[in-house]
Amino acid sequence: MADTLPTLLLAEHDDVSLNPVTARALTAALALGAPVHVLVAGENARAAAEAAAKLDGVAEVLLADSPALAHRLAEPVAALAVALASGYGALVAPSTATGKSVMPRIAALLDAMQVSDVIAVVAPDIFDRPIYAGNAIQRVRATDATRVLTIRTASFAAAGEGNAAPIRALDAAAPTSGASFVSEEIAASARPDLSAARIIVSGGRALGSAENFHAIVEPLADALGAAVGASRAAVDAGYAPNDWQVGQTGKVVAPDLYVALGISGAIQHLAGMKDSKVIVAINKDEDAPIFQVADYGLVGDLFEIVPALQAEIAKAKA
Amino acid sequence: MKILVPVKRVVDYNVKIRVKADGSGVELANIKMSMNPFDEIAVEEALRLREAGVASEVIAVSIGPVKTDETIRTALAMGADRGIWVKTDEAGIEPLTVAKLLKAIIAAEGPSLVILGKQAIDDDCNQTGQMLAALLGWPQATFASKVVVGEGTVDVTREIDGGLQTLRLALPAVLTTDLRLNEPRYASLPNIMKAKKKPIEEKTAAALGVDLAPRLEILSTSEPSGRTGGIKVASAAELVAHLKTAGVL
Ligand SMILES: Cc1cc2nc3c(=O)[nH]c(=O)nc-3n(C[C@H](O)[C@H](O)[C@H](O)COP(=O)(O)OP(=O)(O)OC[C@H]3O[C@@H](n4cnc5c(N)ncnc54)[C@H](O)[C@@H]3O)c2cc1C
Ligand SMILES: Nc1ncnc2c1ncn2[C@@H]1O[C@H](COP(=O)(O)O)[C@@H](O)[C@H]1O
Repeated sequence: MADTLPTLLLAEHDDVSLNPVTARALTAALALGAPVHVLVAGENARAAAEAAAKLDGVAEVLLADSPALAHRLAEPVAALAVALASGYGALVAPSTATGKSVMPRIAALLDAMQVSDVIAVVAPDIFDRPIYAGNAIQRVRATDATRVLTIRTASFAAAGEGNAAPIRALDAAAPTSGASFVSEEIAASARPDLSAARIIVSGGRALGSAENFHAIVEPLADALGAAVGASRAAVDAGYAPNDWQVGQTGKVVAPDLYVALGISGAIQHLAGMKDSKVIVAINKDEDAPIFQVADYGLVGDLFEIVPALQAEIAKAKA
Repeated sequence: MKILVPVKRVVDYNVKIRVKADGSGVELANIKMSMNPFDEIAVEEALRLREAGVASEVIAVSIGPVKTDETIRTALAMGADRGIWVKTDEAGIEPLTVAKLLKAIIAAEGPSLVILGKQAIDDDCNQTGQMLAALLGWPQATFASKVVVGEGTVDVTREIDGGLQTLRLALPAVLTTDLRLNEPRYASLPNIMKAKKKPIEEKTAAALGVDLAPRLEILSTSEPSGRTGGIKVASAAELVAHLKTAGVL
């Protein structure tokens, strides 16, 4: 089945900059074999549209700029995408909090069944996706007229940047909906973003307190130039913020190096990190399941090992 | 106001599932089944709203084959007032279809709030709530970690990438729960006994006017490419040496 209609990719961005997961989702969108248009929806989002226009393989960027699209609430973004949908064979977005919220809304309005968390494009209508926390992979054929896909970006390499695609402004008037924005608390961090980081250091329940998490996990991450992750137990206990959770129901990551500190390795956690290239586990229980996926395991007390490890890294980098 | 809570029967989260050797699916015979953990959180939130005097009735709905009523019974034992069971021949009804069935039930029941789990831990779709909101034309708030009902509105704090976001939705609205919304209660023995007397109304998809035919054709189910454990190292120094050789430092 060759695609005749182009593919519409919804960009992940914050108006000012383009989130790197967009370039990864683009690789999946291009694999469908049709020209790819990128939709940048937001308020004062031209900078993000200009960044999207640089991505290799993008045929056109559609910029929908309107106060009604501020914060990209699901209702107006879905209405916009549905209004554009008849010109497209597939609608694609990265599996981010925004993508997960808006894409099923679009799918239902198009009477299409979404394929969530695509990890491989086998054919333009055939996709692989994980089920049961990644313990099984399902291969599905989408039979609806319009395919609606969310992409697990850890499974795709980022498209390059050397393009200068045209940017077309859309009339972005959106109907009013019953949802309105109240407030947002977004932590500013100098560290790399979890979903795009090359190295991740994660801490678990063993850290015991927010102070320890801050004093042990974060300095090691900084020494490695890494992003910080956490297990659900660490997040639930308040040691780390919710958006650091790695796992089936948190973020799915696949960095070059993943360091798990005091994390047991429950299937729900493994679901989020087992595709990392190299996994290191430090745990005082030699039978902890995390060792079954770790390339390098160190059995012992993390409170002793981590400072020693930091000293060794400093030596190695000197 | 009424609150409707769709609850799904899934393989218990502690079970490590096995893929059938012939690639036809996942082994489900004689496996422990439970209510989807996010749906327990949804039931809990609805009960707290009723206990706070905000809601008058909590209705648990489930769609599935024989034994799905056990999961509805669990919701009733937690404290839901009554149940609705859309009985199907098979499990694995797709989210779009579930959303259509729920829409038909909502047309009859008229709830002000529908609280679903953010994702079912079997299919990991994370779709049904958003699809339902779209079909109803209602506002939605996914990944809720705090819910405050006001006069004709609900303020929902959501777990999003990078932090938290608060939205205000006009009622009626659809919410989906995240892990940190609450800690679900256990059903007490007296409440389990009481639940046996609570009504569960059975319905069929045909009577609700919904076609159950799937839109995604499942071609195969396979094991993920496995990962084998590596080696144990004795010291931090040895670890760093390995990481240098592996080229990841
Ligand atoms: C619906 C659902 C969804 C879930 N989603 C997720 C998810 O997305 N992500 C996730 O992570 N979890 C998730 N979970 C939770 C998961 O099942 C586990 O409970 C959780 O991952 C455990 O976190 P942990 O490994 O930090 O804690 P624990 O399992 O308590 O492990 C702590 C580990 O630290 C070790 N330890 C203790 N002290 C030390 C020390 N001084 N030095 C070294 N090691 C030490 C112990 O040996 C142990 O192995 C989910 C659960 C459910 C039911
Ligand atoms: N068969 C079902 N019966 C009742 N509720 C369901 C069913 N399938 C999905 N749901 C609801 O939709 C949520 C999300 O499921 P999903 O979109 O499949 O990940 C679940 O947490 C339930 O609240």
